[in-house]
This record gives sequence, C-alpha cells and structure tokens, in this order.
Amino acid sequence: MNMREKIEAAAARYPDQRSAIMPALLIAQKEHGHLPGPVLEEVADILNVERIWVYELATFYTLFHTEPVGMFHLQLCDNVSCMLRGSEALLKHLEAMLGITKGGTTPEGLFTLSTVECLGACEMAPVMQVGDDYHGDLDFARVDALLDRLRAVARQATGPVLAPAAPPGE
Amino acid sequence: MFEPVLLRNVDAPDGHLLANYEAGGGYRALAKALGEHTPDEIIDIVKSSNLRGRGGAGFPTGMKWSFVPKRAGKPKYLCCNADEGEPGTFKDRILMERDPHQLIEGMAISAYAIGAETAYVYIRGEYVLAIHRLEQAIGEAHAKGYLGRRILGSDFSFIVHIHCGAGAYICGEETAMLDSLEGKRAQPRLKPPFPAVEGLYASPTVINNVETLVCVPHIVVRGFEWFRGIGPVKSPGPKLYCLSGQVRKPGLYELPMGIQLRELVEEYAGGPLPGRKIKAVIPGGVSAPVIPERGLDVGMDFDSLSAVGSMLGSAGVIVIDDSTCMVKVATRIIEFFHHESCGKCTPCREGLNWAVKVLRRIEAGQGAPGDLEQLKTLCKGIFGNTFCALGDGAAMGLRAALEHFEHEFVAHIEERRCPFH
Repeated sequence: MNMREKIEAAAARYPDQRSAIMPALLIAQKEHGHLPGPVLEEVADILNVERIWVYELATFYTLFHTEPVGMFHLQLCDNVSCMLRGSEALLKHLEAMLGITKGGTTPEGLFTLSTVECLGACEMAPVMQVGDDYHGDLDFARVDALLDRLRAVARQATGPVLAPAAPPGE
Repeated sequence: MFEPVLLRNVDAPDGHLLANYEAGGGYRALAKALGEHTPDEIIDIVKSSNLRGRGGAGFPTGMKWSFVPKRAGKPKYLCCNADEGEPGTFKDRILMERDPHQLIEGMAISAYAIGAETAYVYIRGEYVLAIHRLEQAIGEAHAKGYLGRRILGSDFSFIVHIHCGAGAYICGEETAMLDSLEGKRAQPRLKPPFPAVEGLYASPTVINNVETLVCVPHIVVRGFEWFRGIGPVKSPGPKLYCLSGQVRKPGLYELPMGIQLRELVEEYAGGPLPGRKIKAVIPGGVSAPVIPERGLDVGMDFDSLSAVGSMLGSAGVIVIDDSTCMVKVATRIIEFFHHESCGKCTPCREGLNWAVKVLRRIEAGQGAPGDLEQLKTLCKGIFGNTFCALGDGAAMGLRAALEHFEHEFVAHIEERRCPFH
C-alpha cells in the first residue's frame, strides 16, 4: 500500500475523518522520516480536513517531528525512575561519545540524541528507546555496544537513508 | 500464598498467543457472560465486586458503567485507556505485551455490559511491541469469533480498534483522551457532561484503564465474592504494583490490594541497594505525594493512602534512597508536569513554569530566603484551580516534598549549594 492507501485504510476506523489525523501523521512520518509542511498539507488533502487541524496536532504531540531527525533517534528517559538509576551520567556519556549535546544530530545524520519523559519501562531503568526498540538496564558498556551495533546496521543499510552531511563549521 | 491472577500468563512462553490463552481457560468468561447473564447482571456483578478503577482515580467501575443511559439513540463507545504515562508505571505495557487476549476478553465483556459495539484502545505510540501484539491478538480473536458479528452465537457484535497516541501525558486524563481521539489537541473538557452521557463524538462513552478491564473476566468466572474477599472490602482485588528506583529487585508484582508498603518495598522488592538506606517512597506515580521512610507502614489501597495524605494512583512505587537529593527529585517532577501541561488553564501553565524556575535556582545553590514561601504560594494558586488533576498532582507532590524534606531545601539555600554534590 502507498501512503494514501494506508491513510485511507486507517480513516475507515472512525466515523469522523478528523480522528484519522493522528494515525495519518504517524503513517506519513514513517514514510518520510519527519513531517515538513508539504507532507502536512498532503495529509490534510488526503483526509479532506482543514490544514490547521493537521498543523496543530503535528506541533502539539511530541512524537511528531517537523524537523529532520537522524537515522537513529536515541531517546533517553530522564524521568525520576531513570534518574535514580543513573540516566544523567548516561546522557553525559552519550554526549561525549557522539560529540553532540542533547537535542543535536551528528553531522553525518546518523544519530539524534534526545531526552524524553517516562517511557513506561521503569523496571529496566535506565532505559532508552531507539526506533521501535527499548534498551534497558543500560550502563556505559551497554551504551557503547549499542552504538557500535547501530553503526554496523547503518553500514549495511542500502538506499538513501542518511541525511546529507552538514557543511563544515555548522 | 497469594496466587497471581492478572499476571498468570505473563511469564508463560508465548502467553500472548490465542492458543495458549485458550488453553489456560481464556474466553470462558466471555462465553459465560454472553450465555448466562444479561448486560445489567454483569453491571451488578461488577458493582458487587467493589472493583475500583486502576488508572489512578479509583472510581467504582460498576457505578461508572451504570451511568450510561440505556436508550441513547446513539452508538455507545468503550475506550480503553492504555496511554500509560504516569512516571513510574509500566503495568499496562506488560499486560498488553504478554497477555493481550486477557484485555480483549475484558473489553468484550465490558462492552456487552454497557451496550457498546465499538471500542478504541488509546495506546501510547512508544509502546510499539504492545501495539503489535494487540493488533495480532485482535486478528486472532476475530478469526475465532471472539470479536466481530454475533459473537459466540449471541446477538452481541463488537469490534476493537487501536488508536496510537503520540506522546502527551495529558491524554491519560479521560476527557483529554476523548478530544485526542476526535483528532484535536488533547485538552481536558469541563465536566459535566460526563463521558458516560456525552463522551466520544458526543455519544455515551465509558473509559476504563487496562488493568481495570483485565479484572473483569476473573470477576465473571470466579464471582464477585472472590474478588471482594481479597484485600480491604471497600477497595479490594488483586493489584499490580510497579516497583522502580533505588531498590534491589525492581519489577511488576501482583499482590492483594492493601499490602503494606514497607513489606512491598523491603521484602518483595528486596529493600535498598547495598550500603544505602531508604529515604522516601512515592507510592503511586509522581502525582502521588512522597512518603518519608517513617511513614511506610501504610496499606497500599485507595483509602489507606488517601488517609495519610498521599494516593494509590497508578501504583507506580518509586523508591528513593539516602544518596539522592530531594530538591532534585522535586525539580525533576515539576519539570515533568510543566512540560506536560496542556496549556489550557493559566494556573497550571504559568504556575508550573514559575515553580520550575524557583526549584532550579534552589538546586543550583542560588535560592533566596523567600523561595520556599514562594513555592507554597504557587501550590496554593494551582491546586483546585484547573480543569483537570494534572495541576493538582503537581501541587500535591511539591507540597509533600516541602513538608517532609524542608530541611533539605533550607540547606540548599543556606549553604548556597546542593549538599549532595
């Protein structure tokens, strides 16, 4: 199914098309990596709803990204349970290993590093979500091993998955 | 020895598959409900069980169901609140990942009781595995006739849709969840009208938490007397407790409602980490006021915790030891609420922003002598002055930290540094 067909299939679950905006945005983001203006407009057109309704959801909910993110979005939980198990030190370690600060993306577009609120996996705190997967009981060694694995996945990936490198000095 | 009921399939290999759920007696409750009981009888059974909502508010479930008008002239909806966002809580994720059919069976019986033919499960978008497992289970249930048209040869038809959230804590508030389901920004609604009368698409709607719904099949099969016989009679039943933080054995524990908090933390969860002492425990997710160590002899149920000025909430039990700065914990909690405030009500939106600034400067050793009074004034301005409980939870949590750990706040201000750094 293409994006339009997936969105139309999702919309069939609701008596009101407006309800389908959230699922449509999730589908569109999976397809495009993030949600720039033209994609939001396409979603509005497919569902035949007001564009402002689509814009307001894309900017209200934190899982929607209107700006590009790296191939791997490292989302480290820093809420209380993870903080009590060392998430602050992990954040500093990740920043040092990647050479970026929280919120940043590595120049080759491989990693974006964010902190997020509770991921609902406190039994394995400290925990980090990368893509669809949760990684728990993290320490420095496990984080290093995870970064190595993700770099290996990136090397094996084919197709235009990497964002263009930022020009030097930026 | 307490026999786990809600988690009985959770540790079984492939417990999420229909064949294994059926082998353990799964969907017999649905057959019994449809074959032997009218919808009103199911409501009466659940009322008699004294089941109270496991999402945090503890409202009697059967009573909530009975508010749905019998003849509405509109479709009725069941919404499952699976937007588990209360920090320290992970029970619903595990229930959906490891035993999704238990939830589907609970929803089917509940929908039969209230006369709904459609349910939406509002599940956090981060819970990718749970979403996948639930989708798979819905497909299996349709194929075997547990969902769909004329279920098990009865006149009852019922379908379940999944609606993925997108990272907003406020969607756990039931009316904000309804706005989100309708495709709007999630903001709480003014009540009344209550959702049972005018909810999703202005139709009668019941919103129940995952754990509440999974209790229902067991009540139908084992009887309300069984359920009411576990724990305190006014707040009974098997209960899931989420243990996290600075404790030896974090994890999900199923035990009777009303178990002593001290026993839960020190015996089941193994007590503090080596060489540390427990300083405080948050008993029900970060909305629940913190309890200092000397207060741990309290029952983990709605009424007992309310009586000591805290709450059971989502039973997300977060253990804090003596190596941790309480100002830092309070700051992180208020930062969370500030981040998640939907922005609708000024006291919550602006008050929490202000409180975060004051807390951050105290933690950084730059607090001023009047800052504690300032924080108390802010709590007073927020509490009771907002549409929903988000601001109340923040204000109650901050008040409790100030009350029980004032000496730590004062030390930060007087020493002009964090004594824990």
